[in-house]
Amino acid sequence: MSQTTPPPTRKLGTGTRATRAIGVAAVVMLGWLLAFGLGFSPADRNQEEYVRILYVHVPTAWLAYLAFGVTALCSALYLFTKKHSLGFDRFAGASAEIGVVFMALTLVTGMLWGRPTWGHYWAWDARLTTTALLFVTYVGYLAVRGLGGSHHQRAKRSAVLGLLAVIEIPLVRWSVKWWRSLHQDASVGEPGSGVELDGLMLFSLFVGVIAFTLLYVWLLLHRSRALAMEDVLDDVGLDAAVAARRNETVGVAP
Amino acid sequence: MSTLIAIEYGGYVYASYAVALVAIGGFTWRVLRRGRQLADQVDDADKYWH
Repeated sequence: MSQTTPPPTRKLGTGTRATRAIGVAAVVMLGWLLAFGLGFSPADRNQEEYVRILYVHVPTAWLAYLAFGVTALCSALYLFTKKHSLGFDRFAGASAEIGVVFMALTLVTGMLWGRPTWGHYWAWDARLTTTALLFVTYVGYLAVRGLGGSHHQRAKRSAVLGLLAVIEIPLVRWSVKWWRSLHQDASVGEPGSGVELDGLMLFSLFVGVIAFTLLYVWLLLHRSRALAMEDVLDDVGLDAAVAARRNETVGVAP
Repeated sequence: MSTLIAIEYGGYVYASYAVALVAIGGFTWRVLRRGRQLADQVDDADKYWH
């Protein structure tokens, strides 16, 4: 009689049926973004073909603001609710990580748009400088999250920083009104802005926003779950260290 | 001449899409890989989402 060992079962990951559905929707929308952004949408009268960068640049900026807004909201929920749930802290951290990636993309795609339209990649202009400052602030936020201490110490100090850092978003938003700027003043959909987009251009922009928003939700769920597992492993490691220390003490006791 | 203009346009336009897709793809891959590494070390009972 031969004894067979059962095949090793893979442990459950960060994905669920819901995340898989969101992931598939995000990939489909990204495909649409490529098709409409690079193909179906027409060239602009002034910007010509460079207008196609708009469909990536604006959604990445929108996503970064959304991500930092969620970080602030979760920070407030951690600080001001009775339970002080670490779940809010993990969502805040995961959202900030994603926001930093999208903010970096906003800067890079903006530079790639600035070179052919303004004649240079970078200018110490009000909008560009405040955006760069916002990016650096959230890189700092992530660095602060990495400092030592207990989970609640980490959550408390990063929640305070998350609430302070979000104040920079209105500064970026209105920098083009408060100071002279190379960057365009009026925004799409803003009343009285005088900016009108062709139907297909507006649709391409909408596709970009939806695609990146779905991607953000998908990344946020996966990353926050990974952060929860990191916390579990930290606790296990701490428990093991305390137990080992106790055993040492018992061993040397008279 | 029109080909030159197309190449000039294409450089910045395609570069912006390529940078976005590569960065997002890289970040996504990192998030999934880290999630998988951690999932192998943590009991399924501790995964509140299941």
